[in-house]
Amino acid sequence: MKSTNHIKDLITKMADDELILGHRNSEWTGLGPILEEDIAFSSMAQDKIGHALALYEILHEQFDEKDPDHYAFLRNEKEYKCCHLVEFPIGEYDFSLMRHFLFDYAEMIRYETLANSSFEPFRLLSKKVKGELKYHTLHAEEWIKQLGNATDESHARMQQELNHCFPLAAGIFEPAKEFESQLMDEKIYPGEKKLYELWLDKIYSVVTQASLNLPDIGKVQPVFGGREGYHTEYLQLLLDEMSEVYKLDPGANW
Amino acid sequence: MNNSYDPRVKRLTLKDANISLREGEHWNIFEVFRQDKRGARHVHVGALHAPDPVLALIFAKEQYGRRKDCFNLWVVCSADILAFNDEDSDVFANNREKNYRDASGFKVRDKIEEFRKKSGNIKK
Repeated sequence: MKSTNHIKDLITKMADDELILGHRNSEWTGLGPILEEDIAFSSMAQDKIGHALALYEILHEQFDEKDPDHYAFLRNEKEYKCCHLVEFPIGEYDFSLMRHFLFDYAEMIRYETLANSSFEPFRLLSKKVKGELKYHTLHAEEWIKQLGNATDESHARMQQELNHCFPLAAGIFEPAKEFESQLMDEKIYPGEKKLYELWLDKIYSVVTQASLNLPDIGKVQPVFGGREGYHTEYLQLLLDEMSEVYKLDPGANW
Repeated sequence: MNNSYDPRVKRLTLKDANISLREGEHWNIFEVFRQDKRGARHVHVGALHAPDPVLALIFAKEQYGRRKDCFNLWVVCSADILAFNDEDSDVFANNREKNYRDASGFKVRDKIEEFRKKSGNIKK
């Protein structure tokens, strides 16, 4: 039988990014800088958990993995494939917004290209999340432009967070060592290198309109490791917290 | 000691933050009008705070467009809306006496019936 490990690996890392960042961003619920933004940001965090669920369901239905809750909550830290960017605590709003901007553009580009995937569940998912991602990136873009062009302080903080987040965001595009060429050959997706280039093009235009500067791309050292199961110190604690209730009684019905 | 990174857990030990708004930091209020489907009229559904019209529209999407079918939204800065002062509401005071301005004030049914009878061959 043909191995499907390459597709499962790709789905797992996409889903884990969504789950962990969705959980992190939901930590702003009730604490957002203003009611309207709190509602919008919380809603988008929920969307991310929804994307994770859709991907875990594909794993469950197509590849006989454990059910989505089990897969989301009961793996060991090493088995999670999320990138480091999504693991960091929410910090102040400048960090959370910049992460939202860099991540959601990467996400939008990835799902857009999946509209042409040879793997049917990806094509369906791409169609389903299109409107949501359009909204997420619109929201992020407006904030980045607004704050990049507002006061000296807001501009400086946005620039500082862009510099800080950029190598982490470049880590989203860590290629799968074993599987990359197979995934590309089978036209499952266009490959991380291609996605990275498309992403740079997109964010460049927004960053420019926000009067910010991208770091020197050639000198950036992307923060890799997450896709191989090496994580920051923050992930284990988040996993403990996130799965605390589930672990009390994994078989419970709601 | 809980070492969570979730601020909702961490802030339990925080002292009251001292936040004050300076001149110019207050956001504007925008009125939101919702259109349920293409071609339908926009209906006023509420208001929200935002720093500019684009973010007002973005916030409105989640605040007023995330439940039930929604096709489009309008946002209008509340300050741009022209209205009468409350004490000038007497300009509307005599409306009820001028019921000849209501379409319902005209009794035409009898005249139509009479015409029908006379001409005889007009279908009901």
